[in-house]
Amino acid sequence: MSELTTTNNGPSTWQRFAARARSVNPIYVIMILLLLGVGYLNPRFLEVNGFLAFLRRAAPIMILTAGQLYVLVSGGFDLSVGSIVTLVVIGGALMIDNDPANTWWVILVLLAGGVVVGLVNGFIVAYLKVPSLIATLGMLLVLRGAGLYWSGGAPRGYLTDNFRIFGRGNIENLPLVDKFPYAVIVLAIVGILATYLFHRMVYGRQLLALGDNPRAAKLSGVRTNRVRILAFVISAVSAVIAGILLGGFSGVNIEAGTGLELQAISAAVLGGAVLLGGSGSVPAAMAGALALELLFALLNLLGLPKPLRDAVQGLIIISAVAYAALGTRRSK
Amino acid sequence: MLNKKWLLTLIAILALLLTLVACSSSDTSDETTADETVAEETTDDETMAEDQSDDAAMEEESSGSAMDSEAAMVADEFFSQEQYDRSMRQMTMEAEGPADQPWIQMLEPEMIDTSEYAKEGPYTFCFSNAGVNNPWRVVGYTTMLAEVDLHPEIEEFIHVDAEGSDEKQISDIADLVAGGNCDVLIVSPNTTAALTPAVEQACEELPVLVFDRGVFTECPVSFIQPIGGYAFGQAGAQYIIDNCEGDCNVLALRILPGVDVLEERWAAAKIAFEGADNINVVGVEFGDGDNAKVKSIVTDYLDRFGHIDAVWMDAGATAVAALEAFEDAGADYPIIVGEDQQDFLVKWQENGLSGISPTFPTFQWRTPIIAGLHVMNGEEVPAVWRLPQPTITNENLDTYVQPNMPPLHYAMCGCEDMPGFPENWGGQ
Amino acid sequence: MTTVSLSNMQQRIRASQIPPVYAILVVVFVGAIIIDAIFGRGQMLSGPILTNMVVRSVALGIVAVGQTYVMIGASIDLSVAFMISVTAVLASFVMQGDPNKVLIAVVIVFLVGILIGLVNGLIITKLKVNPFIATLGVGLLLKGFLNASFTNFVGAVPASFQTLGYGEIGPIPVSILMLLGVALIGGFILQRTRYGAHLYGVGGSEEVARLSGLRTDRVLIMAHIICAITAVISGLFIVSRLRSGAPWVGPDGLYDLESIAAVVVGGTALSGGKGGVAGTIAGVLIFAILDTMFNQIGMDAFLKQFLRGAIIILAVASYTYRYKGEVA
Repeated sequence: MSELTTTNNGPSTWQRFAARARSVNPIYVIMILLLLGVGYLNPRFLEVNGFLAFLRRAAPIMILTAGQLYVLVSGGFDLSVGSIVTLVVIGGALMIDNDPANTWWVILVLLAGGVVVGLVNGFIVAYLKVPSLIATLGMLLVLRGAGLYWSGGAPRGYLTDNFRIFGRGNIENLPLVDKFPYAVIVLAIVGILATYLFHRMVYGRQLLALGDNPRAAKLSGVRTNRVRILAFVISAVSAVIAGILLGGFSGVNIEAGTGLELQAISAAVLGGAVLLGGSGSVPAAMAGALALELLFALLNLLGLPKPLRDAVQGLIIISAVAYAALGTRRSK
Repeated sequence: MLNKKWLLTLIAILALLLTLVACSSSDTSDETTADETVAEETTDDETMAEDQSDDAAMEEESSGSAMDSEAAMVADEFFSQEQYDRSMRQMTMEAEGPADQPWIQMLEPEMIDTSEYAKEGPYTFCFSNAGVNNPWRVVGYTTMLAEVDLHPEIEEFIHVDAEGSDEKQISDIADLVAGGNCDVLIVSPNTTAALTPAVEQACEELPVLVFDRGVFTECPVSFIQPIGGYAFGQAGAQYIIDNCEGDCNVLALRILPGVDVLEERWAAAKIAFEGADNINVVGVEFGDGDNAKVKSIVTDYLDRFGHIDAVWMDAGATAVAALEAFEDAGADYPIIVGEDQQDFLVKWQENGLSGISPTFPTFQWRTPIIAGLHVMNGEEVPAVWRLPQPTITNENLDTYVQPNMPPLHYAMCGCEDMPGFPENWGGQ
Repeated sequence: MTTVSLSNMQQRIRASQIPPVYAILVVVFVGAIIIDAIFGRGQMLSGPILTNMVVRSVALGIVAVGQTYVMIGASIDLSVAFMISVTAVLASFVMQGDPNKVLIAVVIVFLVGILIGLVNGLIITKLKVNPFIATLGVGLLLKGFLNASFTNFVGAVPASFQTLGYGEIGPIPVSILMLLGVALIGGFILQRTRYGAHLYGVGGSEEVARLSGLRTDRVLIMAHIICAITAVISGLFIVSRLRSGAPWVGPDGLYDLESIAAVVVGGTALSGGKGGVAGTIAGVLIFAILDTMFNQIGMDAFLKQFLRGAIIILAVASYTYRYKGEVA
């Protein structure tokens, strides 16, 4: 409750700063520790280029997580994002049709498609009142089925180099760093936009209010349906962007995107988003996603067999949420 | 509060335990870098029922004894010396039948009488498919449909798709049998062990043809399969052994465990690598057939070991992703084992790689339909219809590159002369 | 006239406590028969196909009964798929084809199941971890342990144990009787015992339930244990069908998300406190009817997936769309 009142009264910058300083989100500490751990095992990682290459790999999941956070804060889930990524890769290859000249309008079409999927998700939840877990689970099946049906089960056509440049390419010959991945630029832009919208604009406050207590939000004049639908649109568009990067990184592949939805939710939760809404932070969620990727890299460098990586991931997300939940209870 | 602290402690202990388990196995794989046998033992450990890390550590030199250890217990159902020998023998043999139609060729056939099944047309053919959940199966299924179209006496072709679930395929087969319409049942099992009971039940009712993956029963009239996984795995491994100069760091990438076709490929490659002095297998990983995962795995290995000289793969679907990891890291291309996928063949040709593509040819999807018609006519079919398994090499690469086909089209489909080619296969 | 009789019927249905999902079940069933008659082979009404249709729903049905419990308690269990794998693998590993070891194997898997259910419940109630994350995490843990120890089909169940999956008593498969048994017991506990009433109370409003003196944590932990037990039963059924267990049998069957979908389609609210086993069984049967119909008409695998997704959304929307409050 304290959250809601503070957000509604509009706290001064100083208050907010003080509050933040008192409770630095532990995810940043975890992230830095993991970073050091990975860097210790593989010094190349702490070099600028090594780190940028890693960021490029992590960019899709970080962007997905930023989008997922909006839906999580509104109190819902978006399980359809993994399928959106698959659809972007398959549909992108299909529409580009091996002609680089098509790339630009295809990207626009894909983004528009993301908006439509988000609108449909949001409409089903806001107006048909289907719980988002079910609505987006259904959408997961619908999109994957539609994508594969459309292409006849296997990707037709390649992703052209000018499409893949976002996920794979670098700006060459820069001072300081000789290679700077485009994906990191995309990541930075998305991160800044998402953070600004969430933390600096009315929309972010409305979203928090909606997630914290929908009835109260409605009574205080928030147009809840509109806010909720927009959250799904943001999530879907972020999934399209992630899909473009992932398709670029790895090329055409029907496995692209499977399982990413749960990873994004785990990452956001690691970053402190409360499931069922009302609290969260975009930078922290993205840090959560990065921490998760760092964790995988660390376990990999330690030479752990893959199964144990799953187990460790499971343990860590439970512990992180338990830590946060018990912490808030204590403070009450 | 006490209660909760206690619980947290419990979790902490669990975590500690996990870490311990993790460390004990990471110890083995640390030694791995120095010694390749151990690296392979680690994967074997996973295959078997119990943790055998102690065993693994002991077996530094005695590569042969790995087959005597408990590690071989489970692998037993997937490794058979007899099949291995047969596979190696058949790779050097000339197949019977027309060389330009490998899908009706056969190796060492033992023909059996099928007159008991003879029947007047028109026929209903039923097909229980494990799924069309990967491009190989999509190409294969398209080819099979084209084959059906070639035979007007097949009046109806009933296809049920299990979407990759064993349990579902068992029910699907039961449905087809219960429906009573089928004259022939063709099964492409999702997994070998799980589908065995269902196939056994179907055998009691009608002639069954199994292809692609096998089952643990001999009840089907004919089992149709190319020479097999051993030959596939061995061809790639041998190419690496022969072409890698000096001490050679090899990364082995597998899709997933438990499918006999794939297990056999690895088993044969393992034998070949163990017998070679110049090979240092730095890692064996499962990439789930996912490009992004494979690319990340390869990138990590390049980081860890500095240089990888060769990449062995049990299936080529992700070969291009593996190669791109080398490009992005600025490393030299490795010697690479791929498959007959167009994207890989194109990349191979463009960059003049040193590579080889053993194949698990998709033309095998034509054979069950042809075999089914033989059975309906009461003609002899081989109990095991062994198909040839061509290998794409640097020499014959150019004949298989088809730029008009989609990236995940398999060149060895034997479908070029079929009606509807190339459009139905997604080509232009 | 029609409107009058329709509302009349609606009232009667409401009075008889038949969950509204049965209307959808009837529509889907009749629709499937018609579609099959026109485009398919018109076999949907034949005895063996109908029996098979129910057998198709056994594995999902049993675990969905347990999922109903946790969802009535406003919780959720995403670990059931791996729970099924653990059961299947452990059972066939312990049995090793030896009929004398069946009993000990069954005891072991039930104990493991109860333990995991208990852990799920404790993490959710005592550590206050959101059930979605808690059970997702436990699922990952199970997956990790499973894949670390087994990468393949392990051991086998003896032939006698396969009666569970393939046996018949008269014309009725044992597996259908098993589903029936689990559903009846599950329904009985929910509707007729004090525990059932408590669970509805906790799911409806935990606060109110606690204030009225209920030990809400215990009720919810119990629900998770029951859910894990049904996953174990389902796993035993699956391993008896497959003869041997492998780590991927649970996740490949999508038993986690499908059981949740079946429960919600069956009319149990995600927010808890409402619903029941009868609805869930109807939900599961709807999926089985669709599967059978798709097979009969030879539907493209990808269209199947598409339609399944759309039908889940539409079925749930058909009872939620009139709701006035906020749903997330």
